[in-house]
Amino acid sequence: MIAHYIKSFTLWEFVKAHWLTLKYFFKPKATINYPYEKNPISPRFRGEHALRRYPNGEERCIACKLCEAICPAQAITIEAQPRDDGSRRTTRYDIDMTKCIYCGFCQEACPVDAIVEGPNFEFATETREELIYDKAKLLENGDKWERAIAANLAADAPYR
Amino acid sequence: MTAFFQSLGLPFEGAWLLSTIIGILVIALPLMLAVAMIIYADRKIWAAMALRRGPNVVGPLGLLQSFADGLKVFLQETIVPSAANKGLFLIAPIITFTVALMAWAVIPFDTGVVLADINVGLLYILAISSLGVYGVVIAGWASNSKYPFFSAMRASAQMISYEVSIGFILICVVLWAGSFNLTTIVESQKGYYGLLNGNGFNPLLFPMAIMFLISALAETARAPFDLTEAESELVAGYQTEYSSMAFALYWLGEYANVLLMCTLNALLFWGGYLPPLDIPVLYCVPGIIWLFAKILFFFFVFSWVKATVPRYRYDQLMRLGWKIFLPTSLLFVFLVSGFLMLTRYGGAA
Repeated sequence: MIAHYIKSFTLWEFVKAHWLTLKYFFKPKATINYPYEKNPISPRFRGEHALRRYPNGEERCIACKLCEAICPAQAITIEAQPRDDGSRRTTRYDIDMTKCIYCGFCQEACPVDAIVEGPNFEFATETREELIYDKAKLLENGDKWERAIAANLAADAPYR
Repeated sequence: MTAFFQSLGLPFEGAWLLSTIIGILVIALPLMLAVAMIIYADRKIWAAMALRRGPNVVGPLGLLQSFADGLKVFLQETIVPSAANKGLFLIAPIITFTVALMAWAVIPFDTGVVLADINVGLLYILAISSLGVYGVVIAGWASNSKYPFFSAMRASAQMISYEVSIGFILICVVLWAGSFNLTTIVESQKGYYGLLNGNGFNPLLFPMAIMFLISALAETARAPFDLTEAESELVAGYQTEYSSMAFALYWLGEYANVLLMCTLNALLFWGGYLPPLDIPVLYCVPGIIWLFAKILFFFFVFSWVKATVPRYRYDQLMRLGWKIFLPTSLLFVFLVSGFLMLTRYGGAA
């Protein structure tokens, strides 16, 4: 009882709390300085999509439409036709990035590692239309991010 | 300065007016600048205690953040709600802001460096800070909106309750110093035990210093007594309906009041512009530097409290004000006056 009164009149708990926050004041910051510093991301990170090519420049996608079939958000639209040399290729490969939920099922379904989700997460745009990706945009992403994507796939391969 | 303008051939009234206006500008403009920097400092300190970085983009280390915010606010549209009482709605922030600036007239920045060296300076400050309630009440009422009104009720009740105990705390200081003049009060704190400057080192007045600090938090509606702007219950408090410059005036006024309370803490209990120790070497540093250092320290304490303590409930606030602070400060008025009666004024009459 007396201890309680001494405690409350000396503001003991406030003193303790302020000592704690003062210690935190001098601690290193927990936040990172985002546009200039970035957190490391996992090789399995599921970011912006990309369509990859073989080293000889031939596109990997064989238009099997497994990704379109498995996509839970139905964000992928594929149309296919045999090419002049007889191989089956897509004539249209669209991903509506505003529908996509980044579940990664498309890259799991792909038998030839053509559609992948790369490490890029900074693809915000100013208009909605820009987020409806077509085949050209996806292939361009693939060319741009190929080195990072290949490294991530290689890093993750032993665990698959 | 009046004499200087008189020597240039101006009549006394003209010279006095000119020198007073210059004095006001010399106090008010740096004060506005200080408020802008203090808002930045507040955000930085608060952020650091939450392990965040705080503003760091605008200017070096984010130093220009407040000016960017000010510019943004300037460019906004002043929205007057159609149901509001227009005249009062626009006058309210002006009252708050003006009153926040007016109190600085009697603050001594160094020996004799004071705009109005009136002998009831402390009474003047009490009167002015009581007027501050009008800005809040009028804003809440004139907005003609539910939550600003609730907030204004809370704010006025809170300010008035804590002014009562602040009054008694100040009486202790006034009794000890034997004067209402702030310069005299500061000078009277010289040389406790031949070494320390500041009423806070007096065991009878130290509890008053702590209580004054807490009451100052309540008086300026800072955390943990910021329940006038408890956003979960009251949107943003009495300034909910305000935008643009009217909002900025509240903002500036609020922080000018916080600075004023920090200054009063420094002046009344911790020796104002005197160095903390009564050693001749320390008097080489100008008094204004000591005063600013003390103000900054108390502002740090204000931010520190804000980052540490959760908000009080309304009934807890009232209980603290009326059931703890008021009796305790009354008791100390009795103790201080009794002690002075015994020692300084020659025993019981």
